[in-house]
Amino acid sequence: MISLAPPVDSWLYPVGSGIYCEPGDFYIDPGRAVDRAVITHGHSDHARAGHRAVLATSETIEIMKVRYGEDCAGAFQPLAIGETIDINGVKVRLVPAGHILGSAQVVIEWAGRRAVVSGDYKRASDPTCAPFELVTCDVFVTEATFALPVFRHEKAQHEAEKLLSSLRAEPDRTHLIGAYNLGKCQRMIRVVRDAGYDKPIYLHGAVVALTELYQKLGVDLGELLPVAGTDPKSMRGGIVMCPPSALGDRWSRRFGDPVNAFASGWMRVRGRARQLGVELPLVVSDHVDWPELIQTVIETEAEEIWVTHGREDALVHYLGTLGRKARALALVGYGEEAE
Amino acid sequence: MRAFARLLDCLVYTQSRNRKVALLGHYFRTAPDPDRGWALSALTDGVPIRLPLRRMLSDLVTRFIDPTLYRLSRDYVGDTAETVALLWPDDRSVLPPAPPVGGEQHTWGDGEKEKPKQLALDLTPTPNPSPQGGGVRGEGQTEAPSNVAAPHPNPLPVKDGERERASLLPSTGRGRGWGDLGHNSGEPPELSLGAVIDAMADGTTAERTERLGRLLDQLDATGRWALLKLIGGAPRVGVSARLARTALAESYARDVSEIEEVWHALEPPYLELFQWLDGKAERPDPGAKPVFRPVMLAHPIEEEDWPRLSPEDFSAEWKWDGIRVQVAARGGDVRMFSRQGDDISGAFPEIRSAFQGHDCVVDGELLIMRDDKIAPFNDLQQRLNRKSVTAKMMSSYPPHVRLYDLLFDGEEDLRGLSFSERRLRLEAWYAKHHPRLTDVSELVPFKSFDELGVLWSSARAEGIEGLMLKRRASPYQAGRVKGEWFKWKRAALTLDCVLMYAQRGSGKRSSYYSDYTFGVWRTDENGERQLVPVGKAYSGFTDEELLELDKWIRGHTTETFGPVRAVEPELVFEVAFDAVQESTRHKSGVAMRFPRIHRIRWDKPAAEADTLDTVLRIVGGGAAQNSAAPSDLV
Repeated sequence: MISLAPPVDSWLYPVGSGIYCEPGDFYIDPGRAVDRAVITHGHSDHARAGHRAVLATSETIEIMKVRYGEDCAGAFQPLAIGETIDINGVKVRLVPAGHILGSAQVVIEWAGRRAVVSGDYKRASDPTCAPFELVTCDVFVTEATFALPVFRHEKAQHEAEKLLSSLRAEPDRTHLIGAYNLGKCQRMIRVVRDAGYDKPIYLHGAVVALTELYQKLGVDLGELLPVAGTDPKSMRGGIVMCPPSALGDRWSRRFGDPVNAFASGWMRVRGRARQLGVELPLVVSDHVDWPELIQTVIETEAEEIWVTHGREDALVHYLGTLGRKARALALVGYGEEAE
Repeated sequence: MRAFARLLDCLVYTQSRNRKVALLGHYFRTAPDPDRGWALSALTDGVPIRLPLRRMLSDLVTRFIDPTLYRLSRDYVGDTAETVALLWPDDRSVLPPAPPVGGEQHTWGDGEKEKPKQLALDLTPTPNPSPQGGGVRGEGQTEAPSNVAAPHPNPLPVKDGERERASLLPSTGRGRGWGDLGHNSGEPPELSLGAVIDAMADGTTAERTERLGRLLDQLDATGRWALLKLIGGAPRVGVSARLARTALAESYARDVSEIEEVWHALEPPYLELFQWLDGKAERPDPGAKPVFRPVMLAHPIEEEDWPRLSPEDFSAEWKWDGIRVQVAARGGDVRMFSRQGDDISGAFPEIRSAFQGHDCVVDGELLIMRDDKIAPFNDLQQRLNRKSVTAKMMSSYPPHVRLYDLLFDGEEDLRGLSFSERRLRLEAWYAKHHPRLTDVSELVPFKSFDELGVLWSSARAEGIEGLMLKRRASPYQAGRVKGEWFKWKRAALTLDCVLMYAQRGSGKRSSYYSDYTFGVWRTDENGERQLVPVGKAYSGFTDEELLELDKWIRGHTTETFGPVRAVEPELVFEVAFDAVQESTRHKSGVAMRFPRIHRIRWDKPAAEADTLDTVLRIVGGGAAQNSAAPSDLV
């Protein structure tokens, strides 16, 4: 790279509610309505309604429309993975982030420098989305949701086996799986199917629309039935997917004495699981764990690491001990829906 | 270690008592000796190993983890054992290699991020020659190769049949578990609890630190966590010592008192106890050691009991507000036990020394006594739940045992005698021996229950909780025997309090807001009235009322903090309680003892609830003449 090129932070920087690219005059994942937004993925702390123009993968656009309505942005422009677009001389490209369906990293090149804003991402395999693709860069913007060395996620397949094992051990109890309704829920269904479970899986109302969208976009999830209108007795001993907040909610009373399971990277820590009254913790995450995070940061060969949200204190400190330049961006409002 | 790890891991997430008992019972019946005995020890009195564990772990962990990262991790996880278990590498050969370090004793070297090159394992004399021995690590592995450690160069022997025992789950499905799969885990290699105890039992701290590191290397995250719980003192997995003993008794269809009677004469790993339970030996004989004898308890007296009782059949005593204890002295040793059979002598060396040289088992009430006056229960609490005690605590909170009964005089078991006979023996024994820091509970003479009722209703002196009625003819029997002993608690006090916060319950109540924090009005320096919390209650209402309360709380929430909701200050509870104590935990400076919801006052305006001034007037229970009227509760 040309050493005389202006430093990346002179043209790409955080503005409180997102990251702004000055020469391109666009934001990435802004927290408030802006004229031009590039959206990494459909989670609500990254994709918000009300932008004038949105650039994203077509899947992310579909997800935004389901969540916020067809007209939740003035205009949508899909950008295919790998295709490059020129915005006022800034080259922008989307590459898979492996986080959820449609999730992408934003690769931005200007004045001989390259920055990658990765959004949320993971390296572990996920049959419901394209795998993370590594792009070397000068500045790598990363999340730090699980940036502590205690976080090492299990293989999702292992946790699916654990769930099926519990179903066999407790054939009379309904298993409520609390899982975030975009991404985690559909991934859990898919891995449970891959583990050989072919009975109908029941859905809480709050997860129906996005799950149907996944199916429409070609993710095979097997037979799904709504909880609403189904006799609770017929769900006994079966799997019910619901948002985590429904686990201890009045809604869950219909199941009598269910097994409360929760699929999240946070379940790695027993205290968190106990606090939430979880009986069956499933350590499944759509974010990088600590080893993957460090590995990724190193592989990008980035001179500077910018940390958006999560345990940025630990990550910045550790990268410092490795002799890497790292800084926390202190963005507002990220991570609210992280897992 | 595998079965034990799975047991602890399942217990952590299990709310139901019956499921816990099933899990424990299954483990005790299937785990080998001496492992099950060590497990029992860990879950009850703790294994008899003293280690500077925190320091050892910090030493080990900071060899490969930056100290700041370790601190941040521990702060996040909140538990040292779990933090170390989670961040310990599953395979340390993936860590950046370091140059080999000289020195025979060196195993991992002293630098950071060192590779454990060909550790020399000094724990076991002989490696297991069987093919299974080397292969245990891979068995049942579902992990990708990158997470699978290579078989240990020198694995610990695997006991025959270990793998068959690996599944903790009873096939009936009574106990909950995850079959072959643990939390955070692939399959751990098999390491016996006995080997862990042996490795930690002796040696210098430095030697034991090295051994601990090698043990942790052989386990997966759940195994490491369980190992540290095994040797780290109270494992905090939601099982009390009594529940562990109860589960053991139940799984062998025995009464828990049969175990309790010999418990304190036994030592981990309790081989003779399991021999007896397995029907291979007689019950162990406590011999010349002081042991716990199951305590006789009283029923609360009910209105319908009175007509059936004759005053001449009963003795009465004051019911003192301390904790019920049993002191057993024999063979130069003295133990004091709680009602549940837990040995609490460690925290009360004065009592041990007062009974030194005696040979007896007495039943009494443990109190704090200053200048012949009983101190509030709160003072006693300062000395409970401690393993040891400071000189300052001993002088600030001097203990005293008020004697109720004599169960053994020397070798002679008096429990078959009537209460009246035992009482005479107690008085005679006391006249002869009068151990320090004790007195004998006085009998309250009465001719009729009416006469006793007058005494009962006027009794509000410090430390008196009510009256005890004991049938003169009653032998001393374990447990709550019907019709023999009654407790007649003095009338509860009640106050009108305002609901402030509601918290979700646990287990079956997890979808209900069933734990209530309530307060009374205080006028602050600006003359404004605000609520200050005085207590928390989760009982005293019916299931229907719980439904109504839950609905009300959801409709009147002002703020939500995790499982807790703050509500509009509008709903009045008539709260019944036994006493009010000073407390630093509540903003009001006071806390209620045994509060329960007496009535839900849907009708009462919150502004008319009681004030803090009213509460302060009844601190210590001394004043009966106040607006906190004795209720009609018994």
